[in-house]
Amino acid sequence: MDWQAINVTLRLAAITTAVLLVISVPLSALLVLNRARWLAALEALTSLPLVLPPTVLGFFLLVLLGPRTAVGRALIGVIGHPLAFSFSGLVVGSVIYSLPFAVQSLVAGFASIEPVLIDAARLLGAGPVRLVFTLFLPLARRSLLAAAVLTFLHTVGEFGVVLMLGGDIPGATRTLSILLYDQVESFDYAAANRTAGLLLVLSLAALAAIYAGSRSRGGRNA
Amino acid sequence: MLDFALELRKSVFSLQVEARFTSEWTVIFGPSGAGKSTLLRLLAGLDQPDRGRIALDDHLLTDTASHLHVKPGARRLGFVAQHPALFPHLGITANVRYGIRGLNAAQAASRVEEALSLVGAIDLLNRRPRDLSGGEAQRVALARALAPLPRLLLLDEPFSALDGAASDALLLRLRPWLRAHGIQAVQVTHDATDAYTADAEVALLRAGRIVAQGPAPIALAEERVRILQRLSPS
Repeated sequence: MDWQAINVTLRLAAITTAVLLVISVPLSALLVLNRARWLAALEALTSLPLVLPPTVLGFFLLVLLGPRTAVGRALIGVIGHPLAFSFSGLVVGSVIYSLPFAVQSLVAGFASIEPVLIDAARLLGAGPVRLVFTLFLPLARRSLLAAAVLTFLHTVGEFGVVLMLGGDIPGATRTLSILLYDQVESFDYAAANRTAGLLLVLSLAALAAIYAGSRSRGGRNA
Repeated sequence: MLDFALELRKSVFSLQVEARFTSEWTVIFGPSGAGKSTLLRLLAGLDQPDRGRIALDDHLLTDTASHLHVKPGARRLGFVAQHPALFPHLGITANVRYGIRGLNAAQAASRVEEALSLVGAIDLLNRRPRDLSGGEAQRVALARALAPLPRLLLLDEPFSALDGAASDALLLRLRPWLRAHGIQAVQVTHDATDAYTADAEVALLRAGRIVAQGPAPIALAEERVRILQRLSPS
């Protein structure tokens, strides 16, 4: 069992999920609360990773974060090394790649809240931040859970972006999906079976744990 | 004093109203589709007019000429609609406390009790919104709107789930309380008896225009004749 790959995969999925929830909650609230036309462009941009091949996204990020672009050079100046082929770079790629999974779940949940409740809260003086914490998150908790689960599992199974942006560095960027690819390429089907089985169990266990938690809290709404 | 001149065009419907409400209780009376709720939403700041201005006690709340639009929560108004819109995940106390600001916990608790007592809902304190009847939910929604002590109370058929006697009893307690706190009330209704019961100034709204304004017996003279004709045997 490659514990290094398991460690990298779980760390990457956990950090990506946490970062994405922090980004997606306010972003989704903005998309639901604000009817400005320019937000349609922002919504389209957040959905782009759904239709863009992961390898294309990975390639763009590889170039953008590398020393050939001003952004890449600025980042290297700040953190001292290129983001490409590093764990931090993988987090950036994963956050962008899984963004639509988090945002779409949350937008669906927030948009399902009755407008009269939002009006009532606004009339009672609630600004956007209070609306999110006192209304959106409690009433759309299942959507929040779905966003977290989808993001986590999507990151666990990520391949194209990881390979393009992170390469295959043990302990840094070699995730379980990359390990599985390596094992198949070297015809080590027994090891590949174990890795694939582990990914399957991991996905199933995460889903089951979350649904069990949801049932025990009786939280079936939103 | 509420002073407004507003224009709004929505596909086939157009609202064009101008009025000054100085009475402590004003009823906007009109049939369904006359634009009553639309007008109330504009006054509340939930929607914006194409053109116009709204002033409350000489404070401008909306003025399209200067692109002024005070946010609903900063207008210091209470709004109670037919749909009580209680927050389903919060208890009754938390619902009523939601809009209270600038008070410590003890003061806020006392204000919540005062508001719930006023509307005859103090015995509902430990219930959840889902356990309330329609009438009980409307009482709690009214308490929630009153608890922050607004300057203006907007009521959109808020007693529709209460029977006549309960509604009258509530009004009897509410009127002096509003007067004592200097809160002006504007109620919209399609029921002429509401206007007579409240002994209010009445603005008659038809097809998006205020066509009459004055004491109920004058503004609703035509409506009174119509009701009497319906009641008298043919």
